[in-house]
Amino acid sequence: MGVPEQYYVALSAILFTIGVVGVVIRRNPLVIFMSLELMLNAANLALVAFGHRFGTLDGQALVLFVMAVAAAEVAVGLAIIVAIFRVRRRLSVDDLSLMRW
Amino acid sequence: MSAWVAFFVVAALAVGSALGLVLRRNPIHGALFLVANLGAVAVLYLMLGAEFLAAAQVIVYAGAIMVLFVFAIMVLIPGKEETGPDPLRAVRLLAPPLGVLLFLLLAFVVVGRTAVPPAPPPRAAAPAPATIGALGRALFVRYLFPFELTSVLLLAAMVGVLLLARKKES
Repeated sequence: MGVPEQYYVALSAILFTIGVVGVVIRRNPLVIFMSLELMLNAANLALVAFGHRFGTLDGQALVLFVMAVAAAEVAVGLAIIVAIFRVRRRLSVDDLSLMRW
Repeated sequence: MSAWVAFFVVAALAVGSALGLVLRRNPIHGALFLVANLGAVAVLYLMLGAEFLAAAQVIVYAGAIMVLFVFAIMVLIPGKEETGPDPLRAVRLLAPPLGVLLFLLLAFVVVGRTAVPPAPPPRAAAPAPATIGALGRALFVRYLFPFELTSVLLLAAMVGVLLLARKKES
């Protein structure tokens, strides 16, 4: 029935790769965060595809937990970005080199 | 046949909106592209028989999380940080070829792993359960403890955000 799961997993790999490239090439922390969401979403798609292939619901349950963790991560991350912006009045990740080795 | 057409249309939409997110300079455009991408993935969930996840995707991701993003974009009003000269230009030029390499690696793993074991378990033997009810039962019986831990995690995130966003009383 329908499209084989390999195609979904391949699409998930494409989306994950785009997310990784976005994290590397962008300088705006907000866009970096959105690229992170893209990667999480690609992983979710792969999980659902695997669960569909093996006929279990464990993948879907795991995706629900990933969504909860992603929501928490976004809230904390955006709060950190806003706090940094308050102190430095700038928003480029290249400025944040204080703790870099 | 129609499933193939639908899959490729939705997949093209997802990939195109993901590229739009990465390549467009304006973060608001990026947020809108991300909403389109999340919607496309929700459609893919529907095609995979995960109705509850499709609804949760639209509500949690495309609704709540993206509202948070748009709100942060409006508060911070970014846009100037990517105009000046790029101090790490050489590193960033390396990113696309390395991304292609990563994709080839992932594709190699996916194709190799899914092509070699040809026998998926006989899911036709077991009657397909009503997905949402079965998922709820799985969540509240088998995954009850992680489910409750999720609430602790969300509470901790909420408290942490309040702590971070609070003005320092001087």
